[in-house]
Amino acid sequence: MGEHGGYLFPNDLHILWELMIVMYPYVTGLVAGAFILSSLYHVFHRNELRPIGRLSLVASLGFLLFAPWTLLLHLGHPLRCFNVMLTPNLASAMAMFGFIYAAYMALLVFEIWLVHREDIIMLASRSRGVTRWFYKVLALGVYDVSEEAKQVDHRVLVVLAGLGIPGASLLHGYVGFIFGAVKANPWWSTPLMPIIFLCSAIVSGIAMVIILYQIGMKFSGRRIDPPCMQSMARWLWLFVILSVTLELLEIMTLAYERAEEWTVIGPLLVDQLAFTFIGIQLVLGAMVPIILLGIVVLMSRYLTNQIRNTLCFVASLLLLLQVFAMRWNVVIGGQIFSKSLRGFRESHSPGLFEKEGVALAIVLFVFPLVFIVLFNRILPVFEPPDEEVPIEGGPCPAGGE
Amino acid sequence: MPTTPANDSDAAVRQEVDSPPSTRREFIKCTASAVGAGVVTLVIGDLAAGAGEAGLTTTPSDVADGGYDWTRHRYVYLIDTRKCIGCGFCVRACAQENDVPPGYFRTWVERYRVSRTGETEVDSPDGGKNGFEPPVSGRDITKGFFFPKLCNQCTFTPCVQLCPVGASYRTVDGVILVDEKRCIGCGYCVQGCPYGTRFIHPEKHVASKCTLCYHRITRGLKPACVQACPVEARMIGDTRQVGDKVAEIIATERVQVLQPELLTEPNCYYLGLTREAR
Repeated sequence: MGEHGGYLFPNDLHILWELMIVMYPYVTGLVAGAFILSSLYHVFHRNELRPIGRLSLVASLGFLLFAPWTLLLHLGHPLRCFNVMLTPNLASAMAMFGFIYAAYMALLVFEIWLVHREDIIMLASRSRGVTRWFYKVLALGVYDVSEEAKQVDHRVLVVLAGLGIPGASLLHGYVGFIFGAVKANPWWSTPLMPIIFLCSAIVSGIAMVIILYQIGMKFSGRRIDPPCMQSMARWLWLFVILSVTLELLEIMTLAYERAEEWTVIGPLLVDQLAFTFIGIQLVLGAMVPIILLGIVVLMSRYLTNQIRNTLCFVASLLLLLQVFAMRWNVVIGGQIFSKSLRGFRESHSPGLFEKEGVALAIVLFVFPLVFIVLFNRILPVFEPPDEEVPIEGGPCPAGGE
Repeated sequence: MPTTPANDSDAAVRQEVDSPPSTRREFIKCTASAVGAGVVTLVIGDLAAGAGEAGLTTTPSDVADGGYDWTRHRYVYLIDTRKCIGCGFCVRACAQENDVPPGYFRTWVERYRVSRTGETEVDSPDGGKNGFEPPVSGRDITKGFFFPKLCNQCTFTPCVQLCPVGASYRTVDGVILVDEKRCIGCGYCVQGCPYGTRFIHPEKHVASKCTLCYHRITRGLKPACVQACPVEARMIGDTRQVGDKVAEIIATERVQVLQPELLTEPNCYYLGLTREAR
C-alpha cells in the first residue's frame, strides 16, 4: 500500500474497506437476486420457473445466513456489532442493516417453511425415531394438508413473496444507498447507485441459480427443464443489459458533463482499474455473456438443449465474475483515489490468509453452497419431478413463455 | 482519561477519543491531591491563567458552577494561511498531545506550489510533521503557500450522520467527538469525511480524529496545535463570548471554508483560501 502518484491526503494512504466489504454487497446481491427470481414463480406465476422455485429461495437463505460474517470480519470491534440494533443512529443508513436483515430473514424462513410444509408433514409421518421427532418440530404442530389448508398456504405464500420483493429490493437497494449516499466520494455518490446495485444483484442471483440448478440436476441425474432454462436466460439477458446500460450511463454522464470528479474517475477507470473495469466488468463479464445469452434468447429454436445449457452455464459463470468485478470496482475503486482528487494509491491486492483475505472470502462463498447441500438432505430443494416432457435433446418449445 | 471538573460536561469529556500523556495526568493528580480544601481557588487561578494565555474565555458562571458549562461555548477555528510557515510544530504538538500513531494525522500541513501556467503541485511529507525540504522544481513557481488542515467540526457533518451506532456525535459547544467505547470500527465515518481528517486507529480499531483538544479547551486552554504555532496562523475562538477576537474576525472579514459546495457548514475558517486548495 502506498502512494502511486499525485498528492494524497495523509490519512488516505490506507485502504480501509477491503475484500470483505466487496464480498458483502456481492453476497447480499445473490440473496436479493435469487429471491426476486423465486418471486417470478411464486408471485407472478411464471410457471415455467417452477423447477427452481424452491432452489432459489433456499439459495437466498444460504447466502443470507453468511452475509453478516463478511461485516463481522471487517469490523474493528465485531463484538460490539449489536450496538447497531441497541443504540442505532436513525440518521445513518448503515444503522438500518440489523432491522432490514432480521425482518428479511424472518420473512424468508417463513416462506421457505410454507413452501416445504407438505414435505415436512409427509417426512414426519414416514420417518421414525429422532428423525420423526425432528420433522415434527419443524412442522410446528400443524399437520393439516387438506385442499383448503393448501389454498390458505398458497395465499399466504403469495403475500409473503410479494412482500419479499420490496424486502429484497430494500435489503440490496440499501447496500447501494450505503455507497450512493457518501457525498465525499464522487465515484460512489450517485442516486443511480441503489438501482445499479439492484440490477446487478438480480443478474448475479439468476446466474447463481442457473449454475446451482444445472449442477443439482447433473448430480441427481435428472433432466434440466428446457423451458425453465430458456426463461431464466431471458430474464438474465434482460437484467444484464439493464445493469450494464445503467453502469455505463453513470460514467458517460460524468464524462460528458466534464464533471470536476471526472479528472480522477477518468484515469481511475482507464488506468488503475483497467483490468477489472474494462477487462472484466465490461468485456469478458458483460459483452461476452450478452452475446451468449443473445444467442440463447434469439436463436432458441436452432439450439439443442445441451448447447443451450452450456451457453447459459458459461454466461452465468462470467456474469458472476462480472458482478464481483463491479463490486470490486465500486468498493476498492472508490478508495484508490484520494479525496484530495489529486492522486492515487497503488491498486489493492488482498492477502491470502488475512482477516480480510482471499481464503476466508472463499470459505464464506462456499459455506452457503454447503448449506444448500445440507438443506437438501433434510428437505428437497428441487421440485418433485411430475409431468416429465420427453423432449431431451430437442428444441425448446417456444421458449416456454 | 483526562481528569475533568465534576459537572454536566463530564460525560462528554469522558467520551474523548484518547488519553492525554501520562505526565500531564500525573501532574493533574498531584495537583488535585495537593490542593485539598483550597481546590476552588486553584482551579479559578489555573483557568484564569490558561484563559489569559489562550484567548479563550472561561466565563465566571462556569467557575461559579464549579466547572465547565458547554452551553456557554461554541468553538470556531481560524487558520490564516498567509501566516503559516510550514514549520510542522502544530503537527508534532498534536501527535504528542494526543498520542497520534505514526502515519496517521489529526492535523497536517500541505504545501502548494502553483506555476504561472496554473499547474499545481501539492505535497505533505509525513503530514508536514518535520517541515518541508526546499522545492527543487525547475518550473516557474508564481504562488506558493502552506495550508494547515484538521477536522472542520462541521455543523451538518456527514460523519455524525453516517455513524450507525451514534459513536460519533457533536457536542453542544460544537466539537465532533468519538465515543471509542461505542465505536464498532466500521469506518463509514472515515469514508464519509470529505476532508480526509478521520482514520481508524491502528491499535484501538476505532475511529479517531481531531477533538480540538477537548480536554484542554474545556479548561480554557488552547488546543496543542494553536499553542505550538509560532506565528499565530492557527487560532481558536468562541462565538458565545462577547468580544472574542477570533469570532470577531470571522464575523467581519472575508473568510472561507473548504468545499463549501458540500454544505457541511464547517466551523473551521480560512483566511487566504485560494482556489487551488480543496
